This record gives sequence, C-alpha cells and structure tokens, in this order.
Amino acid sequence: MASLSPSISIEATGSGVADIRANVARRRRWDVLFAAFGLLATSVGVITLLALFIDLLIDGYHRLTPDFFLSFPSRRASEAGILSAWVGTCLVMLVTAVVGVPIAVSAGIYLEEYAPKNWVTTLIEINVSNLAAVPSIVYGLLALGLFVYALGFGQSVLSAGLTLALMIMPVIVVATREAVRAVPHAIREAAYAAGATRWQVTRDHVLPYSVPGIATGVIIGLARAIGETAPLITIGALTFIAYLPDPPLSTTPPYVSFDWLWSGFTVLPIQMFNWVSRPGTAFHANAAAAGIVIVVLTLLMNAFAIYLRYRLRKKINW
Amino acid sequence: MAAISTAVPTAVHAAHAAPKVKSSIRKLNFFYGHTQALKNIEMDIYEHAVTALIGPSGCGKSTLLRCFNRMHDLTPHTRYEGEIRLYPDDVNIVSPDVDPIEVRMRISMVFQKPNPFPKSIYENVAYGLRVRGVKARSELDGRVEAALRGAALWDEVKDRLQEPGTALSGGQQQRLCIARALATDPEIVLFDEPTSALDPIATASIEDLIISMAGSVTVLIVTHNMQQAARVSSYTAFMYLGELVEYGPTNELFTRPREQKTSDYLTGRFG
Repeated sequence: MASLSPSISIEATGSGVADIRANVARRRRWDVLFAAFGLLATSVGVITLLALFIDLLIDGYHRLTPDFFLSFPSRRASEAGILSAWVGTCLVMLVTAVVGVPIAVSAGIYLEEYAPKNWVTTLIEINVSNLAAVPSIVYGLLALGLFVYALGFGQSVLSAGLTLALMIMPVIVVATREAVRAVPHAIREAAYAAGATRWQVTRDHVLPYSVPGIATGVIIGLARAIGETAPLITIGALTFIAYLPDPPLSTTPPYVSFDWLWSGFTVLPIQMFNWVSRPGTAFHANAAAAGIVIVVLTLLMNAFAIYLRYRLRKKINW
Repeated sequence: MAAISTAVPTAVHAAHAAPKVKSSIRKLNFFYGHTQALKNIEMDIYEHAVTALIGPSGCGKSTLLRCFNRMHDLTPHTRYEGEIRLYPDDVNIVSPDVDPIEVRMRISMVFQKPNPFPKSIYENVAYGLRVRGVKARSELDGRVEAALRGAALWDEVKDRLQEPGTALSGGQQQRLCIARALATDPEIVLFDEPTSALDPIATASIEDLIISMAGSVTVLIVTHNMQQAARVSSYTAFMYLGELVEYGPTNELFTRPREQKTSDYLTGRFG
C-alpha cells in the first residue's frame, strides 16, 4: 500500500499537461453548448415580444395622435378614440389598488409575522398560492354573482375594481411574504431585545425593509390587472361608452365625489377587443394603437418596479 | 441570603464577603420541543459583576443566556420550567405570567454578530427609548450621547450621527449595538459571544468596555474563548451537555477547578 500512492502520483504527473488539457476541453464543451442554447432560448422570448410590438407599431403608429386620447369611441374609425377607455382603466385600477393592496399586504404580513405555524396556516398558504393560478375568468364568474348581483353593485367601476383586486391579491400576498421572509432574523431579534412589541417590530423594521419587494409585487399585480379582459367582460363591461364618469374631484363643495364608483365603464383591453372584432382595417389600426398604449403602460409599470427595487435596496445594507 | 447558600456549591461565599445577588436561577429546565437543552440549573448571578458562561458548543450556554430576556419565546414549541428570579422585586422572569416585553425592558442583549438596524447611528441607539414612547428630543439626545459614551463610541461618531449604522466597521457596529443595549438603563446586559465575528483589536476594545461596565451594570457573557472569560469576568460557570458543572470565582475555577470535567475542558482535552 505504501508504494502504491507514490506510483500513482508519478503516473499522474507523467501523463502530463496534454491529458489535463484534453480533460478540460472535454468538460468545457458543455459550457459552450449550454451558453449557446441559453442564448437561443433568451432570443426566442425577446424577439417574439419585439416582433409583436413592432407589428403593433407599424399598424397603429399613425393613429397615436392627441385626438386619439381625447376622443370617445365612434362609428367612424378615424374619429374614434380611447378617452373613455383610459379614464375607465385609471379609475378601475384606483379601486383595485386602494382595496387590494392594503388587504393583501396585511394578510401577507400577518401570515408571516403573526400567524402561528400550524396546519391551518399551512392550509391557507397552499390556498393562497393556488388562488394566484386560478384563471381570471373564474374570478369574473365569482364577481358576477357576488358583486354585481348579491351585493348589488351592478356593472360598475366598483365591481370591476373589486374583481381585479380579488384577482391580484394572491400575487401581492405571495410577494409580501417573500419580502418579509427576506428580512434577516437578526434584525427582528435586535428589535425584540430592545423591548419592542410585535407591532413595533413590524412597523419599524419588517415593513420598511420589505417595501422594495412588496412594491415590486404590487406593481406586477397591477400590470397584470391592467391588461385583464375576460373577468371584466364577464361582469358586463360596456364596449361603447361616449361619456365619462363623474370626476372624483371637483372645485365645488364637497370637492370629493364617489358617484364614479357606480358608473358604467370600459377599459383599454376591452376597447381594443371591440375594435379587433370589427370588420375593416381602419378599426384594426385603432386596435393596434390601443395595444401600443397597453403594452407601453405595462412596460412602464414594470420598469418603475425595477427602478423602485433598485433605489430602495441601495438604501438597505444588512 | 438563604438563596445564595443553597445555590452555588462552590467557594464563592468564602472568598467574597456576601456579594449582592441580582438574580437566582432555580431548578431551571428548558426544552426545544421534546429535547431538553437545560437540566436543573441552579446558579446565582451577582450584581454589578461580570459572569461568564463557558463550555463546548451545544452545552446550553447560549440557551441559558437567552432565557434571561425570553428570546426563546420567539421560537415555537419552546418551554421553560423552574425559575429565574430577578431582584430586588423577586419576580420569576421565565414565568408565563410575566410579559416577555417587560423582561426585555429590564434586561438588554448584545448579539454574536453585530446587528445594527439599517437606520442612522442616532436612531439605532434611540430605538429602545422610542419603543418605550420617549419623544422629547432633549431627553433622546442626552441619553443617546450617554449611551454612545458608555460604549466608547461617542468620539468616533459624534459628527456623523445621521449616517447609517451599517456603514461603520465591524467593531464599531458591535459597540453601536452595546450603546443600543445601554441606552435603556438595563439592570442586566447579556452578551452572546460578542467578539466571535471581530478581529483581535476590536475584540480587545469590546473586552475593555465590558470590564468598565462592571460596577454599574450586571453583565452575563457567553464566550467560547476561555482566555476572554478569564480576562473579563469575576465569576465563571462551566456548562456541559445542558448541565452546570461548576461555578465559582473566575480565578478559582481557572486555577483550582474542583471537577475533572472542568479541568479537562480548561486544559483543552475536549471541547
């Protein structure tokens, strides 16, 4: 046995650098192969998106005039615009954010910081994760029964906002939990050791430090909601609206009005869907233009999410 | 006084003329689920002195330390049995009837790794006061300065109190954590291996600080470094497998250990 190991080492050095190089080259091949495949896979996604967007631009670019944003829908394609659609989108998103974000963020923090870790919490956890994957049309059916009929909210901005809020809440709950979980345990211990209550630890530390992650989840959720069509058709979005809801703010007392909540509504993707289904290339150009607006809005929101995460993370070093 | 004589089976009392007891541990058992981590600990902690807990990894020294500020309450399925009585008011701080927040307001802690909040130096030190509801700027300013002086950090940071605490060096961060622990005028400060993440120079400054604190505050320190225990403490407890093997004045325990286990550990035969 004693003579064996020296003989092996002599053989290994004797076999030389050539063998080592051959060995490295053989293993390197997989590096190159995977890099090539990865590049291809990435390009498929990027190029497809780019092609779609360029196609929309070519079809719809000439329709993107100020008038397009300031006109109601019309029988004549060249006079039709997206005024009621983008106002509707803004109002519906406002309801969605105001209702969905606080509830979902609270639920996420509760589940992570407060709830005892037992089978009930586990069950809730699994359910929330599954809800994030439920098709949006199912939310539409639920909302039709619950908001439109049972609660009597009708086919209104309120019903639409609540529907989309329900839909994006699981996404925000999951994002909140991940963000909260990423706060180091040592920080919580430090705060508890200083005599803080659970609420003080949550308010002073856990929540502020997880804002970047939560904000990202919120924006991604809203970006998903902004392009959502199916559940809103289900609850009865209108496709042709030539009026605007009452403005939420006014210059005369009481200054704030909530009548717009009960107004009928349309949103950008529904307006687009409506134009696509009409005969005639003129309307298809309008649809493409509305598509550009939606895509740009979504991209802007995602870019803002990335920027926000970057900015806020820079301020927090553990 | 009766408490002292039953508690420590050592020569503590002969050597020192009845030092004042700050806290007595009585028949303390502690469980993580079904695992018993502390077994029948009996021990008196003396006021305004440094007491070191030593022993090999897993001996329960940190577990014992964390009983003192009820840190285990943050972990599910943990259970205390027995008593840690805190004087002068003689309250059992591990009793479920005592709010852990109340205990943590009286006993503060410095952790193994410096864990400043990602907030300003000032806010780090003021945090304990803020959670208590102190709002007056003048009071906060005064106590933050006093705590930073107490942690020998004031001169280094007085011109940049608004800079983030996380921007300080490791040793400074740990002194910031000590200032945070001192700001609330605690009766006992717990140190859980406070220098294990620091270089020798920073370690020396923390040790000096701990020595200087004795006399005004009761200190309980866990360390895996026997020399450190010898340098900073007046009393040392040697723990092994969740039991208190030997406890006494540091110089006696290090020079004339009564138990074979202690002697083996001190001479490096295990641990």
